[in-house]
Amino acid sequence: MDFWTNKFPEMGRTDLRDLKKGIDAAFRDFSRAYGENMEDFFHPLLQFLVWLEKLLLAAPWPVIIIIAAALAWLGARSISIVIGTILSFLAIGYFGMWEDTMSTLAIISVSTLVCIALGIPLGILMARSERVQSIITPVLDVMQTIPAFVYLIPVVMLLGIGKVPGLIAVCIYAMPPVVRLTNLGIRLVEKEALEAADAFGASYKQRLFGVQIPLALPNIFAGVNQTIMMALAMVVIASMIGVAGLGVPVLRAISNQYLALGMMNGLAIVALAIIFDRVSQSFGNRLQRHRQGAQHD
Amino acid sequence: MTDTKIAISNLYKIFGRDPANALELVKNGVGKQELLEKHDHVLGLSDINLEIPAKGISVIMGLSGSGKSTLIRHINRLIEPTAGSMMVDGDDVLAMNKEQLIDFRRHKASMVFQKFGLHVHRTVAENVAYGLIVQGQGKKEAKAKSHKWLERVGLAGFEEHFPSQLSGGMQQRVGLARALATDAEILLMDEAFSALDPLIRTDMQDVLLDLQKDLHKTIVFITHDLDEALRIGDRIAILRDGQMIQQGDPQHIIIHPADDYIFDFVKDINRGRVLQVGTIMTKDQSRSTVTIPSDMVLEEALQTVATIDGQSANIVNASDQVVGSISLDQIVKGLARPEVEAQAGQYR
Ligand SMILES: Nc1ncnc2c1ncn2[C@@H]1O[C@H](COP(=O)(O)OP(=O)(O)OP(=O)(O)O)[C@@H](O)[C@H]1O
Ligand SMILES: [Mg+2]
Repeated sequence: MDFWTNKFPEMGRTDLRDLKKGIDAAFRDFSRAYGENMEDFFHPLLQFLVWLEKLLLAAPWPVIIIIAAALAWLGARSISIVIGTILSFLAIGYFGMWEDTMSTLAIISVSTLVCIALGIPLGILMARSERVQSIITPVLDVMQTIPAFVYLIPVVMLLGIGKVPGLIAVCIYAMPPVVRLTNLGIRLVEKEALEAADAFGASYKQRLFGVQIPLALPNIFAGVNQTIMMALAMVVIASMIGVAGLGVPVLRAISNQYLALGMMNGLAIVALAIIFDRVSQSFGNRLQRHRQGAQHD
Repeated sequence: MTDTKIAISNLYKIFGRDPANALELVKNGVGKQELLEKHDHVLGLSDINLEIPAKGISVIMGLSGSGKSTLIRHINRLIEPTAGSMMVDGDDVLAMNKEQLIDFRRHKASMVFQKFGLHVHRTVAENVAYGLIVQGQGKKEAKAKSHKWLERVGLAGFEEHFPSQLSGGMQQRVGLARALATDAEILLMDEAFSALDPLIRTDMQDVLLDLQKDLHKTIVFITHDLDEALRIGDRIAILRDGQMIQQGDPQHIIIHPADDYIFDFVKDINRGRVLQVGTIMTKDQSRSTVTIPSDMVLEEALQTVATIDGQSANIVNASDQVVGSISLDQIVKGLARPEVEAQAGQYR
């Protein structure tokens, strides 16, 4: 047999088809059996998302702008960032993207909250044990690198099209940074600070909440910042499975070759990203400066 | 000086994959170097026996890597031994369960660190109150106590500063106040002043000695500096390569160093300012009417003795009884450094 010129000894065509069919059928059965339970499970999350979206849409636009400006000020303490925020929101409204922006803000906020609520505890577990770290790290690698379209398929099979599957897709993509940086931040806490806690008889909880998390906070915060950025990056893909927001007009622009529409909505996403980034970054920096004491005297 | 506070016996610590196996080797006479090169284990401590009396400053000395930090961390069990026993006030520290150990660390022994170990995210006052908060004391109470201790170490007014805003000496005052605030009877100090400039270091030694006059804690103090050890230590124990080479009265160690290693430590000290007349006197009384206290250092005694006629003075103890005498000759001999040959191996 000529080893070099032979075709790759691949699986038989029918076998392969049967294998794929088998997997599909099994998953379909699974989603038929449990899809509804899943939907029930995620129902509170859906309600919260819908409530927040409605709230943002119902609020008068000046109120939203004032709140956004106030939050920017609280986070960044910088006049230029506040002015930039106000101007961005005014432009977004003026060019008719207000409603989509509010929808996007709603899903970004909820998915960031979900990522924080799951990601920080996960990061803490990872920092605590080498075993857990060696299990979770490859999972995070997969979550970050697998093309979003691939995991959209099972999510849609299970939950159909709508806000919840969109939220899940965003979270799968956006959660890894906060997990990684929580883990890293805790591992980087100086040995001396921890030894002092041990020597004075701190319990596990006192050690975690009194020393490890506060000292890891700047890193945790950098993770949250990245998570927000990645959630924003998912807005267009999420809109493919029925999430309202700035991604919808972008999709429409792609299929109809509307250049201006696509550009405008794209720029709105960029504006949101820049605002989130600047505000959360300077908030993180202020946390750190406080630690170095430069704020005093 | 009679009751034993901390009793360490037959303590071994071996770092590596299989300490139990390595322990057998060590007990069969394998040394630190060989254990490292042939068996890839680090001998941290080897057969340490040490009794630390209550209410005094016991100094542990040794060169870098001799096992000082390892030894002091066994006392509050930050490090688990490979073998041996560790008793504090008659309680077996190694038998304690998690809760008992936490309780022991909260109330019985506190610690001061070479690199201070302060929490950079807490204010000075919060750092000092840390042990109290961990104990579960109320915020108000802890704050009042932390203020009191900051005053004691000379840092009143710095409550709301952050550690990074203070100099090294000030930071270690915070570390000291934090350790004192818990009212623990035992104070473990691992090279607490080694990171400080010489002048600041002397300052801190004074602070410690001053506090100790009122507090009467059992202090275990680690240093690699003999001058510091002599200045504050009531007794000294000397480690080399994880072994206890010599322990006892500092004066005795200076005039009877057990081997070359210890001779190297003591050879460069200023004997005139350290050795006391009581250490080198003869037991016989002289006819002289001049008396000097037995804890006077040679340099001072020289001033007195050189001026008297018979060139000999009587030595009196703390209760003014004559305990011996000293001649000018003896003082001069005491000032001279002993011959290396005469010392080496003689007292092994
Ligand atoms: N966790 C560890 N793993 C392996 N070896 C260790 C560990 N901790 C200490 N050692 C070794 O044990 C020996 C004693 O170390 P230790 O830190 O107690 O020395 P030391 O007398 O405090 O020195 P220094 O004056 O430098 O602080 C050294 O040889 C050191 O390399
Ligand atoms: Mg050390």
